[in-house]
Amino acid sequence: MNGFPILTLLTFIPVLGMVLVLLMPKDKEREIKITTLIATGIQVVLSAVLLMSYDYNAGGIFEESSFQFIEKFRWIEITGLSWLGTVKIDYFLGVDGLSTPMVLLTSIVAFIATLSSWNISKSLKGYFALFLLLDTGMMGVFVSLDFFLFYVFWELMLLPMYFLIGIWGGTRKEYAAIKFFIYTLFGSVFMLLVMIGLYFSTQETLADGSAVFTFNMLSMMDPANYTADGILSPFNPGNLRFIAYIALFVGFAIKIPMFPFHTWLPDAHVEAPTPISVILAGVLLKMGTYGILRISYPMFPEITKDLMWYIALFGMINIIYGALCAMAQKDFKKLIAYSSISHMGYVLLGMASLSTTGINGAIFQMFNHGTITSMLFLIVGVIYDRTHTRGLDDFGGLANQMPVYTGFVTVAFFAAIGLPGMSGWVSEALVFVGSIGEEITRILAMISTLGILLGAGYMLWALQRIFLGNLKEKWSDLTDLDGREYAMLVPLAVIIIFLGIYPSFMLDIMNTSVNTLVEFVSVNVSKFTLSGL
Amino acid sequence: MEMNSLYDSLSLIAPELIISVTLLVIVLFDLIFKNNKKMLPFLSTVGLAVALITQAGNLTDGGFAFSPENTPLFYGMLTIDSFGAFFKILVLAASMLIIYFSSTTDEVNESFDRLGEYYTLIFGMVLGMMFMISASDLILIYLSVELLSLSSYVLAGFSKNKTRNNEAALKYLLFGAFSSGLMLFGISLIYGMVGSTNLTALNNFLQTGSINLFTITISLILVFAGIGYKISSAPFHFWTPDVYEGAPISITAFLSVASKAAGFALLIRFIRVGFVSYVDSEGFWKLSEVFDWQLLLVIIAILTMTLGNFSALWQDNLKRMLAYSSIAHAGYMLLGLAVMSDQGVLAVLVYFFIYAIMNIGAFFIVMLIANRIGSENIDDYDGLGFKAPLLGVSLGIFLVSLTGIPPTAGFIGKLYLFIALVDANMIAVAVIALLNTVVSLYYYIRVLKHMYLVKPSTEPPVIKPSFNNLIFVLILAVPTIIFGIYFTPILDFAKQCVQFFGV
Repeated sequence: MNGFPILTLLTFIPVLGMVLVLLMPKDKEREIKITTLIATGIQVVLSAVLLMSYDYNAGGIFEESSFQFIEKFRWIEITGLSWLGTVKIDYFLGVDGLSTPMVLLTSIVAFIATLSSWNISKSLKGYFALFLLLDTGMMGVFVSLDFFLFYVFWELMLLPMYFLIGIWGGTRKEYAAIKFFIYTLFGSVFMLLVMIGLYFSTQETLADGSAVFTFNMLSMMDPANYTADGILSPFNPGNLRFIAYIALFVGFAIKIPMFPFHTWLPDAHVEAPTPISVILAGVLLKMGTYGILRISYPMFPEITKDLMWYIALFGMINIIYGALCAMAQKDFKKLIAYSSISHMGYVLLGMASLSTTGINGAIFQMFNHGTITSMLFLIVGVIYDRTHTRGLDDFGGLANQMPVYTGFVTVAFFAAIGLPGMSGWVSEALVFVGSIGEEITRILAMISTLGILLGAGYMLWALQRIFLGNLKEKWSDLTDLDGREYAMLVPLAVIIIFLGIYPSFMLDIMNTSVNTLVEFVSVNVSKFTLSGL
Repeated sequence: MEMNSLYDSLSLIAPELIISVTLLVIVLFDLIFKNNKKMLPFLSTVGLAVALITQAGNLTDGGFAFSPENTPLFYGMLTIDSFGAFFKILVLAASMLIIYFSSTTDEVNESFDRLGEYYTLIFGMVLGMMFMISASDLILIYLSVELLSLSSYVLAGFSKNKTRNNEAALKYLLFGAFSSGLMLFGISLIYGMVGSTNLTALNNFLQTGSINLFTITISLILVFAGIGYKISSAPFHFWTPDVYEGAPISITAFLSVASKAAGFALLIRFIRVGFVSYVDSEGFWKLSEVFDWQLLLVIIAILTMTLGNFSALWQDNLKRMLAYSSIAHAGYMLLGLAVMSDQGVLAVLVYFFIYAIMNIGAFFIVMLIANRIGSENIDDYDGLGFKAPLLGVSLGIFLVSLTGIPPTAGFIGKLYLFIALVDANMIAVAVIALLNTVVSLYYYIRVLKHMYLVKPSTEPPVIKPSFNNLIFVLILAVPTIIFGIYFTPILDFAKQCVQFFGV
């Protein structure tokens, strides 16, 4: 794979698609849809190619040489200022075991969301152009290894998302869209400040021997690169690392979304059109937890270690609180939205354990939640398209009317509950094994197991209300799934069941990197606390 | 003054001379060819272009012009340096854009008879700004500020049959007269203490002379009032919304970019030449300890941006909203100056460069839409984005850039500002500025909300801008994106220009 810019292609193929879509006349609706489908299809193929030549033994995380498919070019370089030094920013892409599962997830979810967008009729051209731009932003976040680049991609997603919710959303779309935008911008401005702080605290040695400030994430992970007086340098006794960690964490937590920053999520989900809900739950939420693993953990290992218990606590709150809220919902989509909050809690809990098992479980849960929740939102979309209602109590007895649909729903619900044999079970089990295994998080993890019980409760209750009992008269002409809906649901169901039976397929990808990360954090805790204090 | 030194001085102010000549040509042309007003914008553009090229060619020139006889070398009335060149280029380029802008504005073209005056006065403003940028003597500072102000008072009320125009002009004049009175009083106090009106003399005096702290504080606050009025910083910003809303929109755009640029150049030079004792190796300025400029500027900056942003939240008139937004931007830029380092000035330069592009762009589109629908009210924008796709998207780009979200150029401006702040350890201030950015998102995005999200109650008109206007929009919109992705050229340019001659 030497020299083939697979990550650049993965990231920018959608932009190319966007340009094509924009050049097409408005009335060529079919062509616009097919262009989008091809662009996202190429992404799926490229990520399959990436997986085929993936080196399972390369750790990544902090070491440039063990990252794969690296592309590194000088992007910005300004020299000649004595008081500023050289300013340089790299275009630096690469993947390891943390990002590869996310790259796979992004391409799969984007492809399926395109299929699910087939019924969009309002301003189609604008919709698909924005959709593709969003796709680039998501992919870019997962493959960037330069903080500046990461930030640009991170922010790139905001505007398309605002419009996709705001223009194509439901009745309260304006409120939901602006709430999403302001929440996430609020989080990311703090990330910007931490980024600049880290920039002024780390120096990278260039080939010619000169040391320059850097946005390179890997350089920021090495304590040896920190300057003596940088405000985020561990060697500066008056450093602000703790505050910076919290600020950064809040930025990520808003995206996850972690209690108490979660209130934008139910609104956004309820108002967003189905494909956008799928993208939101399937990919966007993962960016928060990915960011914590990629940035907070290796750059601030000593603080991470201190705050393990608190992260687990918030994980637990997310699990229980999300589940309780889900139980109280009368709207199908809102129920799924709150179940997302609950399921992202498992990710936090697994990460908090700082053990290989726990973090493996967390990343696997990120992937599984991406596929399972996507499927759940598609399922809501299927019924909403037909009936234009999502009230759980408006239905009943659909099992006889739509048997195939009911079958898929059952698969998705059972996967969400964590039934053995489905992928969700494996990742939740790993999360609990990891977090119960660590003394610090043990009690919190034990309380969190309640979440499984509650999860089964609201899921099965919803299943009962919609599919069992007597069929209402007005639904007697509902049709079962059509071909396009099969094409969306079958791949996801296959992935869910396949990974439930053979989880090593995914776990092997991440295992080496997770080991590296856990070891890196534990080794560097002391190096980052050295500081002579 | 000897002929030789006069000649040297004149050669240093070639661009200013070109502007003066063009001004005269426009007056004469308008007198002679009474009915050929269509040529006026063309003539103006040529004059500005020649001045711009001359100025760009003399980018690295340095020198003092019009030094009085029998004085040490550093006592010129004008300082020519690359710092000034940056702002002059900015002003000249902005003026060229504004000339085209004016020629398409209905509000201006309605007064066909008086177009000669219009372009003459624009050149009066340009001349005032250019002298403001180089002035290093308090008398000349005052004169150039007055030249700029008097021309702009008239222009603000140019469409004299509209009430809001008259109101704008009168308010502008009253506030302006008051603040320049204050400034003049401050200048007279400084002269009383220093015995000279030259900024270098002021600096020498502060380092060696016996200083009455009370008097110096009062006089500096008074001078700052005059400059603060020009850059519309709080608490001297009250005129801004009314004048910006009332004036013809091309003049509003001009005031918000060029006039503000000149004000900033003046303020930066005033502090840099008058108060900085030395610059340390990391580029931080060490000021004479008589007056805490940093504290004053930080407070003013925070007040300015917060007032600007929060007031903009409630505005329904787009011109008025952009007026408050430009107040807020003045606040961000003041923060760059408040860092009191070369790094901070670099941030101001970068910010101004980008601000000029995106702000003129935003005003231009508001003007095009107003030409068509006769309103600047946000409710009349409902659903407009679908009827005028290119204008809608471009306005979106400008507004997002004004918010400072990547990958637009506005983000780069903010980035360098925050880099300067963090470098100087002004974290708390940076946090306040960042929170302000989040607030500003709400009102910028509100425009997009009306254009794209809100269902219009009546079918909005289709707006098809002419080919020329479209090109003009693209000339501004494309760099707003390009500089957001590849900003080396701006930084290279700005970094060359953080050089002050003779200090």
